[in-house]
Amino acid sequence: MKVLIPTPLRSYTGAREVEAGGGSVAEVLSELDRRYPGFRFRMVDEQNRVRPHIRVFVNGEQIFDLRRPLGPSDSIHIVQALSGG
Amino acid sequence: MPARTKKATPAQRGRTKKAAAKSTSRRSKPAENLLLVATRKGAWIFRGDSGRKGWRADGPHFLGQIVNHLVLDPRDGRTMIAATSTGHLGPTMHRSSDFGRSWQEAKQPPAFAKVPEGQTGRSVKHTFWLAPGHASEPAVWYAGTSPQGLFRSEDGGNHWQPFGAINDDPQYRKWMGQEQDGTPDGPKLHSITIDPRDAKHMYLGMSGGGAHESRDGGRSWTPLAKGLEVVEGFNAADMTFHDPHCIRICPSNPDRLYQQNHCGIYRIDRPSDEWVRIGKNMPARVGDIGFNMVVHPRDDKVVWVFPMDGQTVWPRTSPEGKPCVYQTTNGGKTWKRRDSGLPENQAWWTVKRQAMTADGHDPIGLYFGTTSGDIWMSRDEGAKWTNIARHLPEIYAVEAAVRA
Repeated sequence: MKVLIPTPLRSYTGAREVEAGGGSVAEVLSELDRRYPGFRFRMVDEQNRVRPHIRVFVNGEQIFDLRRPLGPSDSIHIVQALSGG
Repeated sequence: MPARTKKATPAQRGRTKKAAAKSTSRRSKPAENLLLVATRKGAWIFRGDSGRKGWRADGPHFLGQIVNHLVLDPRDGRTMIAATSTGHLGPTMHRSSDFGRSWQEAKQPPAFAKVPEGQTGRSVKHTFWLAPGHASEPAVWYAGTSPQGLFRSEDGGNHWQPFGAINDDPQYRKWMGQEQDGTPDGPKLHSITIDPRDAKHMYLGMSGGGAHESRDGGRSWTPLAKGLEVVEGFNAADMTFHDPHCIRICPSNPDRLYQQNHCGIYRIDRPSDEWVRIGKNMPARVGDIGFNMVVHPRDDKVVWVFPMDGQTVWPRTSPEGKPCVYQTTNGGKTWKRRDSGLPENQAWWTVKRQAMTADGHDPIGLYFGTTSGDIWMSRDEGAKWTNIARHLPEIYAVEAAVRA
């Protein structure tokens, strides 16, 4: 599935959009972290919480639980929150 | 009688000069003075000539990222670590072994232990303080974070492990307090200090939470609060209300430490466990509030501070808009104002706790970076100040080093 990457994380992926697989958002992020070491910790903290100024959308709907199941046709958008204007 | 020599032709002189320069270069490359500057929006490495007169800016490194501390390991003279974060992303660290030409991200940055499902655990917002370990442990580094935590690396800063004895101890967690109990951008664990005679003898400061000591390498900690004052109306027996801003050990006498505290300037001479308020001897009009403390590397009677306006609503500016350094040469019995060359008035900046430092030259060079992005230095131990950089972002930390 397609994963849209926000600008602060593109130093890891080198691209605005990457392909990744997994049965849940958590699995997709784990795969991305294997491919791009350090990627996950910058957006998800050590308590498995999405960091305060990062948002994750699946098919345009914001999700708060990284265990959210995914299908092959789903798309993920990781965005930086418009914190501070 | 000396032998007569023919004058060299211009071409020969050119060759001679080049050959001489090459020969000198082979013999000894002059040491390069470095000033490592961490700011709210990136880091800079200022490269100074051997006379510390000409400084060249190398940067920005990590433009736009928050860099709380940038430190060169004095043990190997090569490993440089930057504590970085951004407005959106979580904290990390970057390491360089070629003086900033390239940077590698740490594989495992500081992170608190994961708590069981259903409990609320803490997450590191930023690493605030970096401290190379003891000379006998060349790959060991320590880090202090916000929220307050102590971390250790045993591989030169690539992987970091939490110290459960302080990070998860219920009593220490109580003393550390919550988000609102510390510095405006988060409570900070700082001033991680290793006794040069004993790798296991350590000190640290918590803002808030007080000064603490360990004699077993950080497995257990004891408060060191006797003699320290707290804000009026609070109980000095409760470590929660203690706020050390910066603690420094004297390299020439590790039994002596100085502390700039929220409530004054102090000195302690071990084995005594009582701090003495030496700031009472500062001029009343200036006071003894500030954030930084610089000790002379070779003389335990000499320290410098940068006073700050800590009255009423805590403006956190230079007192009366007149920046000044104060120096004692007798362990705090008397203080002398050292402001020659600094703006005489209407300068409302101040200097944060990691943003003032000394080099090891003779005479000592002093450096400080301001909240308004300027760097000032003195080549004569504070007698005269010169501006060496302007218009940087807000400066968080300044460290002096020498590239051999």
